[in-house]
Amino acid sequence: MNTNLALLLLLAPFLGFLFNIFFGKKIGKSASGIIGTLAVAVSFVATLVFFLQINETKEAVQIELFNWIQISNFRVNFGFLLDQLSILWLLFVTGIGSLIHLYSISYMHDDENMHKFFAYLNLFIFFMISLVTGSNLLVLFIGWEGVGLCSYLLIGFWHKNQDFNDAAKKAFIMNRIGDLGLLIGIFIIGSLFSTLDYTTLKTAIATSSNLDLTMISVAAFALFIGACGKSAQIPLYTWLPDAMAGPTPVSALIHAATMVTAGIFMITRLNYVFDLAPDVQNIIAIVGAVTSLVAATIALVQTDIKKVLAYSTVSQLGLMFLALGFGAYEVAVFHVITHAFFKACLFLGSGSVIHALHGEQDMRKMGGLKKVMGITFITFLLSSLAISGIPPFSGFFSKDEILMTAFHNNIALWVIASLASLMTAFYMFRLLYLTFFKEFRGTEKQKSHLHESPALITFPLIVLAILATIGGLISLPTDSWLNGYLAPLFSKEVHEVHHFGTTEYALMCVAVLGGIIGITIAFVKYIKQNQVPAEDAEITGFSKVLYNKYYVDEIYDVIFVNSINGLSRFFRDYVETTLSAAVFGLGKVTNEISYQGKKLQTGSIGFYLFVFVLGLCAIVTYLFLAQ
Amino acid sequence: MTNILNEIGIENYIFLSVILFCIGVFGVLYRRNAIIVFMSIEIMLNAVNLLFVAFSTYHQDAQGQVFVFFSMAVAAAEVAVGLAILVSIFRNLGSIDINNLKNLKG
Repeated sequence: MNTNLALLLLLAPFLGFLFNIFFGKKIGKSASGIIGTLAVAVSFVATLVFFLQINETKEAVQIELFNWIQISNFRVNFGFLLDQLSILWLLFVTGIGSLIHLYSISYMHDDENMHKFFAYLNLFIFFMISLVTGSNLLVLFIGWEGVGLCSYLLIGFWHKNQDFNDAAKKAFIMNRIGDLGLLIGIFIIGSLFSTLDYTTLKTAIATSSNLDLTMISVAAFALFIGACGKSAQIPLYTWLPDAMAGPTPVSALIHAATMVTAGIFMITRLNYVFDLAPDVQNIIAIVGAVTSLVAATIALVQTDIKKVLAYSTVSQLGLMFLALGFGAYEVAVFHVITHAFFKACLFLGSGSVIHALHGEQDMRKMGGLKKVMGITFITFLLSSLAISGIPPFSGFFSKDEILMTAFHNNIALWVIASLASLMTAFYMFRLLYLTFFKEFRGTEKQKSHLHESPALITFPLIVLAILATIGGLISLPTDSWLNGYLAPLFSKEVHEVHHFGTTEYALMCVAVLGGIIGITIAFVKYIKQNQVPAEDAEITGFSKVLYNKYYVDEIYDVIFVNSINGLSRFFRDYVETTLSAAVFGLGKVTNEISYQGKKLQTGSIGFYLFVFVLGLCAIVTYLFLAQ
Repeated sequence: MTNILNEIGIENYIFLSVILFCIGVFGVLYRRNAIIVFMSIEIMLNAVNLLFVAFSTYHQDAQGQVFVFFSMAVAAAEVAVGLAILVSIFRNLGSIDINNLKNLKG
């Protein structure tokens, strides 16, 4: 019964994909959307069943479908592992996924290729489920590549715009770089332990006495590079902001809530490997902290509403990596969940705004939307409070735990992370004030068309806002359901940060204070002083550096793109020229010889006969001489 | 049985054969009339046949003579085809001078 239910869980979105891609156009837009949504909803229900079961029994469900690869003693099964971690992930992948599908029915209704959109979304969910539920690293890799492909397809969904296509390609290529790391990591683990299966691997590591720690560190580092690509960490983060070219539901689903957390999932899944590589863990923590700060600073000055959210996502992912680096996997998972709630809500809210403004994404041309878009505003406000870490919203609990972990392990990184959180509060409220407060700054025509979005759009917003508000309940500082739930996954005891003392309360106050300071600065700047970000040309000084994202794209262009282009040009201009000259030369020589030889073909039979006799004489002479 | 070969001597057969062959070669080289070229080729062929027979007797081995029969049969067929071609050429061009046959020029 478990096997069938698991197959249903996995295959429902895939069937939705097949149906939509083949018949979607025929059955019409709404029907196609409804089928796409139902396909994911079925998965969600199946997940709920498993969740209730595992919450009761605490036993992971292992399903082996067939023996996939067998080479001497190396064996890979095609199977699925439904344990606490994967079911938790499935809950929000399929849950938020269903909501976003529902939202898309209305959001994409004017698009002629709506059936294709739903097909891709379904396919994405299918790959995400296989990524999460795979029982070994190879199945994870299938999902990992699949979600990358769907991300590419969906970023470039509006493929008539070349910029969007470029963004899609960039995302795909950046991800490929990371994927190579992941693949190398998988190979190393495979060669060290002759298995890729999570459970077997865990036992092998736990029981083995002489582990090759250097190789394990290398493997962990390679895996971390893979996670960097997927989860947009320095140095591979630049694709995520560009990925905002896709339709907004895609940004909410793939580039905020689910796919970008795949890296965190993978590291959490392999926590026993990473625990053996403290150096790599340090690198992860540092990369995470730096990413969170860098992305937060960039987000301070962006004017595109989705770009702000994109950098905010990168920054929040950085915080999760910070927690992972300290081995506080359950904390990272907690933040993944709360982040999925509030960031999906924020993205969908921004989508609602963009929808109302007919595609306008520049915050300088927004404002005053509070009056017309009440529901969007309130949900946006709740999620902004959550991401800013204001109690009692969900983000407060998860972010606080990350900061606390950082404080106990490394003060410098704590400072960086706290700064990033302060900035988060600032830019989120900057966004909120610029979008919803004061007067509308767009055109008159846009103003007359302003409207609250339809119920299909506001319903997911409301659900997500509620979750963003109360999501923190799953892991209260003193009584954490989540930590207990996840405990079987981790080899060591869950961190004892729960003896609450003065330090902890002080830290909490500092974190909240940081959030309030950020909000206040934004309030003073954009409400009291009524500022509006300057036009592109007027931005000067450090803001200009920030506005242009530290020129990282340009630097990458110079270092990597140009050098690769140079290499290509070298190959084209020299290597290829030489090769083709050689080939053409050979042809020319043959041609030349043939032209000369042609002259022998006089057509005169007498001449032929003469040559024939001459040849005969030559042969006879040769035979005589040869003896 | 007295062997005719013993009386005349094998080398004379060889000389005759070489002379016939050379006559054939020169006929092929110098004459322009296709019929005569054709006849010259036949002479060469028969020079070889003669040599075959001579050596066959010399070695007391009948194989050579068998081959001559073969080659004569093939030559007959070849003559038939060759003459047919010549007739056809003559009908088309009104001449069988091989200098006129230059259509094979490359």
